[in-house]
Amino acid sequence: LTIGWFILVSVIKIALALFILLTAVAYSVWLERKVVGHIQNRWGPTRVGPFGLLQPAADGVKFLFKEDLTPPHVHKVLFTAAPMIAVIFALTSIAVIPVGDSIRVGSFEIPLQIADVNIGLLVVLGITSLGVYGVALAGWSSNNKYSLLGGLRASAQMISYEIALGLSLVGVLIMAGSFSLREIVDAQAGTFWGFIPRWNIFQGQFIAFFIYLTAAYAETNRIPFDLPEAETELVAGYHTEYSAMKFAMFFMAEYANMITVACLASILFLGGWHGWVFGPPLLRSLLPVLWFVLRVIGFLFVYIWVRGTLPRFRYDQLMAFGWKFLLPLAIANLLITALIVALKG
Amino acid sequence: MLHLILFLVFGGICVAGAVNLLAQRHPIDSALSLVVVMGSLGVLYLLLGAEFVAAVQVIVYAGAIMVLFVFVIMLVNLDVALQQIQFARKKWVALAVALALAGQVGLMFWSSGKMPGQGLPVLTAAAATSLPPNSETVAHSLFESYLLPFEIASVLLLVAMIGAVVMAKKRT
Repeated sequence: LTIGWFILVSVIKIALALFILLTAVAYSVWLERKVVGHIQNRWGPTRVGPFGLLQPAADGVKFLFKEDLTPPHVHKVLFTAAPMIAVIFALTSIAVIPVGDSIRVGSFEIPLQIADVNIGLLVVLGITSLGVYGVALAGWSSNNKYSLLGGLRASAQMISYEIALGLSLVGVLIMAGSFSLREIVDAQAGTFWGFIPRWNIFQGQFIAFFIYLTAAYAETNRIPFDLPEAETELVAGYHTEYSAMKFAMFFMAEYANMITVACLASILFLGGWHGWVFGPPLLRSLLPVLWFVLRVIGFLFVYIWVRGTLPRFRYDQLMAFGWKFLLPLAIANLLITALIVALKG
Repeated sequence: MLHLILFLVFGGICVAGAVNLLAQRHPIDSALSLVVVMGSLGVLYLLLGAEFVAAVQVIVYAGAIMVLFVFVIMLVNLDVALQQIQFARKKWVALAVALALAGQVGLMFWSSGKMPGQGLPVLTAAAATSLPPNSETVAHSLFESYLLPFEIASVLLLVAMIGAVVMAKKRT
């Protein structure tokens, strides 16, 4: 590939990925409202379009036309920058996530991933760890006690759970022997005895899977860990003072982060895009993408299911759970995995 | 060529962030400038072909340590303390340090021409594809050549951690 083609292909891939991600964000909001509605014996959105399918578009228009308030006595620069920071870092991490093997166009073999870097997992972790700034700065710059408390809770919670999250992934890294997300997926190809897929979750990493999922729920501030925006105590937490599109940006960032978490969970524990493949070459390269997307939708559904089921933690319970239960469990899982891999190799 | 442009851009951002860090009066602004410095340092490591160090730089410094900085600044009300601090009094010390630093840099530029057959030390990086992945190289040197210093450092950090816990418990 010459440099010109490389740039052209990359720009097309970036535009496609952004379009798909933003659409997915809009429709996971729809999915959430629909599923939570049914869990609570309601219908959810039904008025705009069939099954309320045009609701995201209506919401978008509403956000754009609402008055964009900036309260007095806020730190103006940071107040404006905070939602941008949140949404930028939430959207950037999709750049290193592979969604399938590769697709053949003419004589080119194009990998279904924007950038295949050999430290892919670290890049995702780094970008998501920077996302804290959006929330923390929003809380601080709003000059509002509820916002400040929400921002403080968010940063404390994210730092605490990031450790358990990171440690839960090390087991997978030891088994794959690489930071590259593509190689981690490739290491999970094939089956045991012909019918059990060699996914990491079936290779003894189910405890790590549980730790990852729990810590990731806390990282994305979702119920049961949505203390930063606990309505009963903090009005709306860090985004109390935000309105219109600035508020929508926090919303988009939250859902984009959920999608990133779902993608990572599929890649690291559920074999990525591996699945039943048949038919002509084009179908062979597109079917894995379908399996991958189905896994991601499954994870999003579990997210919503948990939200519709569980109550919120108390703050001390949240901290105790993170530090006294998840962290030791993650360390124990890491030690056992390392021991087994060392004995095998 | 692309390397040079990226180096100039991110080196510039790095220096501008460092200057802004000193120029800002509010601690949050200073802390955020430091985040910018850490991030652009990460890009500079990346340009040197050290992708693992770059990622760790961003995760550890920009993502964890600076979040704690911001967290502490948000918790502590510094508005009163700020008005009492006079930065200007230390300007003679600052001048001396700046002169010493300038002298050191100047000496390096001056001596680089004097060495036989050598100009300024310029790193010639091998092509990234020809090297083994960074993380493996770091792991080999960390856990084979430098295992003992690594373990000593980890014990030292553990001691600091236990010390912090003990001191925090005494307070309450």
